[in-house]
Amino acid sequence: MLETGFFYLFAGLAVIAGIGVVMSRNTMHSVMFLIFCFFNAAGLFFLLDAEFVGIILILVYVGAVMVLFMFVVMMLEVNFARLREGFLRYLPIGGLIAFVLFVEIVAAATSGVFSPASSPSPGHTGASVNNTAEIGKMLYTKYLLGFEVAAVILLVALIGAIVLTLRSRKDAKYQKISSQVKVRPEDRLRKVRL
Amino acid sequence: MVSLSSYLAVSACLFAVGVIGLFLNRKNVINLLMCIELILLAVNINFAAFSHFLQDIGGQVFIFFVLTVAASEVAVGLAILVAFYRNRRSINVDDINTLQG
Repeated sequence: MLETGFFYLFAGLAVIAGIGVVMSRNTMHSVMFLIFCFFNAAGLFFLLDAEFVGIILILVYVGAVMVLFMFVVMMLEVNFARLREGFLRYLPIGGLIAFVLFVEIVAAATSGVFSPASSPSPGHTGASVNNTAEIGKMLYTKYLLGFEVAAVILLVALIGAIVLTLRSRKDAKYQKISSQVKVRPEDRLRKVRL
Repeated sequence: MVSLSSYLAVSACLFAVGVIGLFLNRKNVINLLMCIELILLAVNINFAAFSHFLQDIGGQVFIFFVLTVAASEVAVGLAILVAFYRNRRSINVDDINTLQG
């Protein structure tokens, strides 16, 4: 009973926060709504016995990715009001597509294919089951290749982000290490005959 | 006991909201990235729900991979955005027309 109540709380707040992300005028408010949405989604993950993923969602997503979003929103000096011109112009077609998608997915979800008869509701795992250890066992055995590929993807993204944003300033004074090493005493010292 | 279809309905809601956002905020790249995050979050909720109801931890491993790809996508996307802003002083999608696509 308590679980059902918390499910509706988290689910409702997540959907409301999602609508807030889309509708809010200020981009900063959108970022805040998205953070709120992630917190509620983490609550849903906790209800689904996925504690590790829920905590990762809060730590990595709220702690790192959304802070990156905030940095960029505050760093760029953009007139966000001008970007909202014609905001509702594509609402009919966008709303139609989203509505059709929503109806299709809900129809599939409630059609009975995924009903408790075909997959009986298993109840919660006991306190003795360590979710993190279970994921670790799976990740380092069956999904080892995927894990390595994910690491490579993160490395590529890291290097790519640095390369994209790195720029050398023309007016700054840099050391030229190679010419410093190559210098000879004759370049610096001039012998004069007295 | 919350049924599987309830979780799928929540995920469908978030997915539809994200798709509407892609249409409404089509000029603001930051909002577009946030709508993509919303869609990926809906996918993750689906993965977690199926993982729980089928008693298969592989779904949670896949959430892991989706989070990895989403994080790197955001990092590279925002880096491109910052580089573009330095050149053009704008993040409007309508101004990104150098390639005449």
